[in-house]
Amino acid sequence: MTAPIRTARESGLVACTRCARVWPMGTAECARCGSALQSRDTRSLQRVWAWLIVGFMCYIPANLFPMLKTRVLFTETDATIVGGAVELIHHGALGIALVILVASVGIPIGKFVAIAYLALTISRPAALSSHRRHKLYELVEFIGRWSMIDVFVVAILSALVQLSVVASINPGPAAITFALSVIFTMLAAQSFDPRMIWDSGSERAR
Amino acid sequence: MAAVSGDARLTDLEDIIACPQCDTLHVARIPALGQRAICRRCGYVLIAPRRGAYLRTIALALTVTILMIGATFFPFLDVRVAGMSNASSLFDTALAFVDGGIMTALSVAVAALIVLIPVLRSLLVLYVVAPLAIDRAPLPQAAAAFRLSENLRPWSMAEIFVIGCAVALVKVGDLARVGYGPAFWMFAALVVVILLQESLISRWMIWRDLDPKNRPA
Ligand SMILES: [Zn+2]
Ligand SMILES: [Zn+2]
Repeated sequence: MTAPIRTARESGLVACTRCARVWPMGTAECARCGSALQSRDTRSLQRVWAWLIVGFMCYIPANLFPMLKTRVLFTETDATIVGGAVELIHHGALGIALVILVASVGIPIGKFVAIAYLALTISRPAALSSHRRHKLYELVEFIGRWSMIDVFVVAILSALVQLSVVASINPGPAAITFALSVIFTMLAAQSFDPRMIWDSGSERAR
Repeated sequence: MAAVSGDARLTDLEDIIACPQCDTLHVARIPALGQRAICRRCGYVLIAPRRGAYLRTIALALTVTILMIGATFFPFLDVRVAGMSNASSLFDTALAFVDGGIMTALSVAVAALIVLIPVLRSLLVLYVVAPLAIDRAPLPQAAAAFRLSENLRPWSMAEIFVIGCAVALVKVGDLARVGYGPAFWMFAALVVVILLQESLISRWMIWRDLDPKNRPA
């Protein structure tokens, strides 16, 4: 009943990943939408690794330096990402602390591992099927942006809490390295050509 | 969607659609309104036509632009501690990092992610879709405009900012009393409109209608 899967590449065609139009192999530019055409973006893995490594290098200082500097009257306290979440737990805001921990620690680390796994399993056998790995890729693409939450929280607090001597909140250096880390890992995920997941297909035989 | 059978002659490439995620070929058949054509291998949504999609897209894009202008300059949140108060607009929030140094770059990035990119995307979509809605030829550079809008899609983060507001309010809760300004509600409405707009747009239909070959000269 189900016809076999036939890809554009196998048929001597090159597909446009933006508008889904197909062209004879060797066409350089899509005449419908103007995108550059490549049957497989062979250099994409290099870009993935480059962005991923830079993203990871930014993530380390993001955890060591303060994200927020809070001054109430004459005492100033610095809070790192994890420190801020621990403080929230002490205040009883367990749910919000969980949101911060998931967005700022869970998602970034999960993303580093997931993208590295996807990039590594392009050229060697994978334990997960192509379907599973593609689902993982979609998840990474969808969820990566949400790490930006903590940067926005810092921006809102810094704009809002500026009450001269009584209380003020200011951003710490980690705000910028964390933002960069999120941006670089988003670029890493975008550089990935998901069609390669299927080429390495463990479900070819199916 | 229907498969391209093994020995089909691939002469008319226009009737063929390749999944951007897994490269599988399909015969392009536009499903009934409200239905979705999905990739038979990976499940990616290939074509999703909606009734009156272009007109609704235009209405939503206009709404986004107007709401965002309002939300940017009206008071967003205000905070009171021991008789002192500070109201801040979305604009102030974006400028929170301005210190003349490297933090200024972060301010520009935040302003872009929560205000400039969502507005720019709406304007680009208006430019691309408005002529299509009234059966006119696309404006010059419409394909480039739609490409840019698509490239910017992951960088439009208004909905993430709203969740950030909720977190910030809890954090500041024991330090001060916080009130919501009109811009806060505008922005919350804005997020709903942006999500609606995203669910409505059928990219394949727009690309097909932009194609110069599909228009009688
Ligand atoms: Zn194209
Ligand atoms: Zn597919």
